[in-house]
Amino acid sequence: MVDSVIVNTDFNKANSVLDLNSVNKVSVSNLNFYYGAAQALFDISMDIPQGLVTAFIGPSGCGKSTFLRTLNRMNDIIDNTYIEGKVLIDGQDIYGSETDVVALRKKVGMVFQKSNPFPKSIFDNIAYGPRIYGIKNRDQLNETVEKSLIRAGLWDEVKDRLNKSAIDLSGGQQQRLCIARALAVDPEILLMDEPASALDPKATARIEDLIGELRGDYTIIIVTHNMQQAARVSDFTAFFYEGNLVEFGDTKRIFTKPKIKQTEDYITGRFG
Amino acid sequence: MTSKVKDRFIFWLMCGISYFIVLIVAYIVFDILYNGLPAINWEFLTTAPRSGGAEGGIFPAIVGTFYLVLGTIVVTLPLGMATAIYLTEYAKQGKFTKIIRLAIVTLAGVPSIVFGLFGLGLFVIFLKFGASILAGSLTLACMTLPIIIVASEEALRAVPKHLREGSLALGATKWQTIYKNVLPYSIPGMLTGSILGISRAAGETAPILFTAAAFFLPELPRSIFDQVMALPYHLYVLATQHPDMELVRPLQYGTALVLVTLILSVNLVAIFLRIHFRRKYKW
Repeated sequence: MVDSVIVNTDFNKANSVLDLNSVNKVSVSNLNFYYGAAQALFDISMDIPQGLVTAFIGPSGCGKSTFLRTLNRMNDIIDNTYIEGKVLIDGQDIYGSETDVVALRKKVGMVFQKSNPFPKSIFDNIAYGPRIYGIKNRDQLNETVEKSLIRAGLWDEVKDRLNKSAIDLSGGQQQRLCIARALAVDPEILLMDEPASALDPKATARIEDLIGELRGDYTIIIVTHNMQQAARVSDFTAFFYEGNLVEFGDTKRIFTKPKIKQTEDYITGRFG
Repeated sequence: MTSKVKDRFIFWLMCGISYFIVLIVAYIVFDILYNGLPAINWEFLTTAPRSGGAEGGIFPAIVGTFYLVLGTIVVTLPLGMATAIYLTEYAKQGKFTKIIRLAIVTLAGVPSIVFGLFGLGLFVIFLKFGASILAGSLTLACMTLPIIIVASEEALRAVPKHLREGSLALGATKWQTIYKNVLPYSIPGMLTGSILGISRAAGETAPILFTAAAFFLPELPRSIFDQVMALPYHLYVLATQHPDMELVRPLQYGTALVLVTLILSVNLVAIFLRIHFRRKYKW
């Protein structure tokens, strides 16, 4: 499904030069998803390349968030949901009987639309994941917290108040804290569900810069309402409509020469 | 009557009714304080009753009520919290949880004397605990359980869903999520709700009438299988069973004052706890 890869030139970073024959990190085939009797996703198949940024766009209720949440099995916690089809990550079926959901979610981190810092200190927020995996050594925790905060571009702003409550941070800082918290368990894939939709333009720009910095080291999948954002940050874009994957391809082509009329109508603002 | 006059009338009616309630409470408190305070002294609080309750103090009753409440807490808190955690965090919402919830509501509606008879049948006679602290605490626990479950469920539901999701998404198991990222924020609410329920149990007479309370027992209990005196029952006895009502009137008021003070101070502790933790955890 993926056409030729064009390296996104928005990021003038060393890691922008990626293997053009990038392997597929996630491979979804014939996925159907139901909330009770209501079908929310219809026969979705797509391959998501490793180390790049893939954006899911589409109008509200089109299933893009639901689809994102099938990739770390977050839909499992909703009663009466039902899934058909295959989701392979590194070739392993994550809905297979031998899959450990805990290990899966460690590997596939998630950042939510509404930033959800825990009502604990900044340090305890970042150390939450490592502690769950049994790390008690203070030096090791200190190192992980510092590294994660640096990676999320938050270290300089919070290094003097790691023991203060995370709730008192600004909205943009909270969202970067949540990204740092996800990074602290060393994931390979980062799912972002409209991570900047509640932020002001400046904080949004910081998140977008951060995505550019993380690109290459992590496979990033971002759901966004904002088409300019998808165009700015992503290498590939998938357009969803009413539970169907309408079109998927490299971002530049999707935004300049969409093959399908619905995609064109949506990105030119004729509906949605 | 113009609609404006009607409006005024309704306002003053509602206002009057509200103040009337305050008036009732104020009268009760004043009456107990006015008549009870003279009876309160060191001897009254620290010695056993003498000559059939006409003289001496109420120390065994204070101790007895303390043990009964302690026993109730030990039994009912873990049970109630576990049930609430199961119902809100684990159980799939459906027919089964509806039946459990219906049972809880029904339990809350059972009259206290029925609990007393139930405790007599089950704990005192069938399980052969005899009239004892154990049987009384278990009976009070049955009565308090629905209050604690409902309060705990509310406290758990007050923790936003996105905190649970955030923890699960980091790879935490369900129990790790509950233990590390739900309970710490809901325990204060669970406790304050529970304290209010337990303080009500402390003032109950009917459930302990056949299961724990002794008419007159100047000695302190030595084990949980001993009978005890209890403040509400002692008050009942002084007020209805004593041959010389006028003689023991001051003692009745004194006992009532001690009981009300104990319960009010427990409630105050709950209120302060709530205020304290509300400041600590906000989201």
